[in-house]
Formats: sequence, structure tokens, C-alpha cells
Amino acid sequence: MTALVVSSIGPASSVQDGGRPGSQRYGLVPSGAIDRLALAAANTLVGNAPFAAAVEIGPFGATFTARGGAVRVALTGASRNADVAKRPIISDSSMTLADGETLTLGFARGGAFSYLAIEGGIQGEPMFGSLSVNARAGLGSPYPRPLQAGDELQVAASSAATERRIELPAIGDAPIRVVLGPQDDEFSDDNKKLFLDSEWKISATSDRMGYRLEGPAIKHLHGHNIVSDGTVNGSIQVPGNGAPIVLMPDRGTSGGYPKIATVISADLGRFAQIPAGRGFRFKAIGMAEAQKELRNFVQLIDALPDRLRDIEHFDLNLEALQDANVAGSAVSAIDTHTWETKAWHVTTPD
Amino acid sequence: MAASTIPPCLLPSGDSAITVEFSRDIDDAANQRVLALDRTVAREAIDGITETVPTYRSLLVHYDPLQVGFDALSEKLIALAEQPVPSVTNTRRWRIPVAYGGEHGIDLEDVAKTLNTTPDDIVARHVAGDYRVAMIGFTPGWSYLSGLDKFLHMPRRQNPRLLTPAGTVSVGGVQAGVQCLAGPSGWHLLGRTAVRTYQLHRDPTFLLEPGDRVTFAQVDDKTFAEQDRAAEAGEIIAELITS
Repeated sequence: MTALVVSSIGPASSVQDGGRPGSQRYGLVPSGAIDRLALAAANTLVGNAPFAAAVEIGPFGATFTARGGAVRVALTGASRNADVAKRPIISDSSMTLADGETLTLGFARGGAFSYLAIEGGIQGEPMFGSLSVNARAGLGSPYPRPLQAGDELQVAASSAATERRIELPAIGDAPIRVVLGPQDDEFSDDNKKLFLDSEWKISATSDRMGYRLEGPAIKHLHGHNIVSDGTVNGSIQVPGNGAPIVLMPDRGTSGGYPKIATVISADLGRFAQIPAGRGFRFKAIGMAEAQKELRNFVQLIDALPDRLRDIEHFDLNLEALQDANVAGSAVSAIDTHTWETKAWHVTTPD
Repeated sequence: MAASTIPPCLLPSGDSAITVEFSRDIDDAANQRVLALDRTVAREAIDGITETVPTYRSLLVHYDPLQVGFDALSEKLIALAEQPVPSVTNTRRWRIPVAYGGEHGIDLEDVAKTLNTTPDDIVARHVAGDYRVAMIGFTPGWSYLSGLDKFLHMPRRQNPRLLTPAGTVSVGGVQAGVQCLAGPSGWHLLGRTAVRTYQLHRDPTFLLEPGDRVTFAQVDDKTFAEQDRAAEAGEIIAELITS
């Protein structure tokens, strides 16, 4: 059996896929990847279905070792220093670990979560159609909990396919778009304006249940207790202390704080990747625009295979280099020779 | 009759869900309308609706905007909500055994003191109740019940507990509850049941449905221990009285 062994890993790292919608009426939240575009891009790089299970890696470093055969993987999401047996690798590309080789990932830079997809997917027992970890509910496979050092992911043998990279749209730092509601009328116009006009930061205490925001206190018109009602990914609830919490894929299915607005689906992954402490703003948009953005987002994911490029045929221009998110301190983003000799060197299994 | 036919408010919950709100309070008539709309939506099998989540006072409708837009779905939901609430003919009623007090219900004595009565009176009132599953939420199987004896209404604890046992039967505010998994709670713990409202690899995985009726029956600690072992092995334990 071929396995990818988790040699070391930090907290907030778990197997995630597209999630398990359909049982929220029983209190079971869907979970699933926090940045769906990055998950889909990683899977596309190794020929998997876009929302197949992959390893969602939190902000800390991690190492993975191939055992029992070569393992082909792809890395997307937050930029990190990354190398395979000291060969630097670039973000948003596939790579193959020969038997015994180790992929070493540094701390996330300019993001929070990375995705490591494995060719052929991760073998496990789906629960409600998903391998996603939901530790509170005892769900997730092969481990119903965050990953730990020593865990082994059983994988398919590598296909020896050509390594690819994927060109993703630049992320940028445009405001995070929201649709107001469902309880925006629990807030005065002044407080809604304060919410929309202020700079916010994501607290370091955030997790997959919710991202806590740091900024001005948002005051309620009628107190902070409402009768619990349903939540969605991106619900922005405001508890009694006035510090908003953006609900994420491991949220409770119901909540009892007024929700001032909801992050649009197309921006949720981009929001989730904002590093703790970096300032950002919200922008309210209308429903028609939000749904148009969702259609564009779905089309982007559907068309990801069109964005695959052979690494050998990479057009070496400066703009592309910057877009490709150079990883690895041994590589210079503007000295193409270092790329050709180091970053582009790709091993294939024997 | 007039109050029960006031149109609900349709509130956007992002680009892929609508909250159909019948009331802002815990209100039995509103909850009946929520559950009725939930049944109607299920029966009509409307294109684009992916799942529904009933709560005390609103129905959260998740949908795929690539299949149906906000305005079109809102119109449809308003029309469905205007239909008279049908009488429910096939309500399931469950009897759930509870071991009250002692280590299983560490707040029973305090609740009795606060309400100037005896623990036995609290148990008698709790057992006498005729409850309905108003909603299931927060964590898997956490069942919020309406129908709590007014005498037992009391504010939640000032300091929520970070960990309460699986199977805890509790009261908080105007609500009664049965929680399945161990977890945080600010409610008053009266007892425990061996019944798992959620159990993986059991058929059914989720025992209770929103709208089901529930009554409680007192059992002693020894019976609880036996039932707990049987439940662990996959037995349902809860007794289905009518179907």
C-alpha cells in the first residue's frame, strides 16, 4: 500500500472536501474546505474531481513523506516556503514525491490555509457522503479529528503524469463583499455605516467555527439576544460585546445573535485567507450582483482545467512569475536561471 | 386566525439562502407555521431548494441561485406560506426515559430551591409535560422542545458550563432540551437519558424530526445504566407511542 505519512503538522489541519450538506435540520453542519477555490485548484492539478478530499493545512508548517511508492500531490492556497527533498517547489503546482521523499512546508505567508491534494484522492469511509472532519460530531475519515504527526493517508499509486501548474486569478485586496441581513434592522443606520466604513482585522483566536473580528464595537438597537435561527457560511453575527464573528464551515447550525450581514459565497474563501492582523474592509452589494458573482465563481471552478499549464512550457515573463507565487528562499522571482535550474526541476517516479 | 395568516418576512441570508421569518419570539403558532411550510416545501419539491432548516420562528431555505433566483423563490415561498396550516395527522410521539437528579442531573436540587419546591415536584412537572420538537440545532441531535410547564421557566445560568454530558435533559428559559453530544450548555441539568438522538451507523441516524411529540418517563439509575449499554450497541431505547 502506498501512503502519505504526516511526519509533522500544526493545529487546524484536517482532511476536508466539499462537505456534507443536507442534514442541517438535524443540527449537523456541512463542514468542508474553508477555501473552496483553492481546494478545487489543488484537485484539478492532480486530475481529481474539484471537491475531492484533500489535506487542509493551517498556518503552521508541516511535513509529509511518501511511503511504499511515489505519491503525486499538488499544493495551493496560502504561500509558503516549500521543498521536496530540498528541491524548491512553487505554489499552485503539482509535484511527485518519490518513495521516502519528504515534502516540507513552512509557515503560511500571505494567507492562512493551504491545500494538499493527492492524485486519486484520499482513501476513507464517507460519512453522509463526505470525508470532511467534524470533530465535535465524531465525523471524518480516515481520522475523525484534526491530523496529527504519525497519521497515514492511504493513497493511490502515482500515475507518473506530467507535472502541471495552474494559473489562478490574482487575489488582490478588494473589499470583502456582503449582502446585508438577515437581521440588519437590529442595528441603527449609524452602526451599519460603522460596520461598512471601518477597517477590520481577523483575531488570532479565529477557527473553523468562526472568525472573530477586531475593530469598533457594533451596537444593537434592541439588545444582543434574539431567538435562535438558522445560520449559513459567512453569516456575520454580532454578540453582546459588539465584536462581529463571521461563521465558517464548522459553525453551529443555529445561533442566537443578530446577524448584520452575510459574506457572499464568491468572497468567503478569499476572506478566510486574510492573515490575522491584516486590515480589510467590507462592502455591501445587492442580491443580483452577489448571485452574478456566485455564477462567475462556479464558472471559474468549472473551467479550472483550462487554466492548467505544463511547467516545462511556462512562459517566463515577470508578470507570470509574480502571479505564480514563487515559493522557496533559494529561488529569485526575477532571476529566471534559478527557476530553470531549481524550481523547474521535476522528478518523476522510477 | 388572522394572526396566523400574517405573511412572513423574507430575509436574505447571503446569496444562497432565505430566512422565512414568522415571528421574532418563541411563539407556538409561529413554530407550527414554520413546520407546516417545511412540510409543504418538501412535498412541492421546488427546483433549486437544496435543504431546509426549521427553527422556532423561521424556516431557513438553502437554495442554488444557479437554478432559481432570489425574487422568484421569494414569491413562491410567500405563496406557499399563505396556504392554511394543514392539521397534522401522522405525528410521531416518543417516550424518552430519563434518570433525574444525582450525578445525572446536578442542577435538580438547585432548581427546586430556586422555585421553592421539592426535586420530586420538579420531576413530576417535567414528566407531565407534552412537548413538541420545535427545532434541532447547534450540534447534531440537540433537540429544542416547546411545551415546558410555565412553573419551570427560569433564566439560563449566569455562567454556562463548558462541558455537559451526552444525553443531558435540561431546561433553559422557556425551553426544554435533550442534547445528544457532550458539549457546552448554559441550561439547568435535570437528568440524563440513554437515548441517542444522533448515532452514526444506526438506522435512523437521527431519531427525532422537527414536529415530533415527546414525553418523558422517569427511570432509576440502574435502568439508565442498562439502557445506556443497549443504546451504545445501537438500540433506539426511546419508545414510539404513536406513529
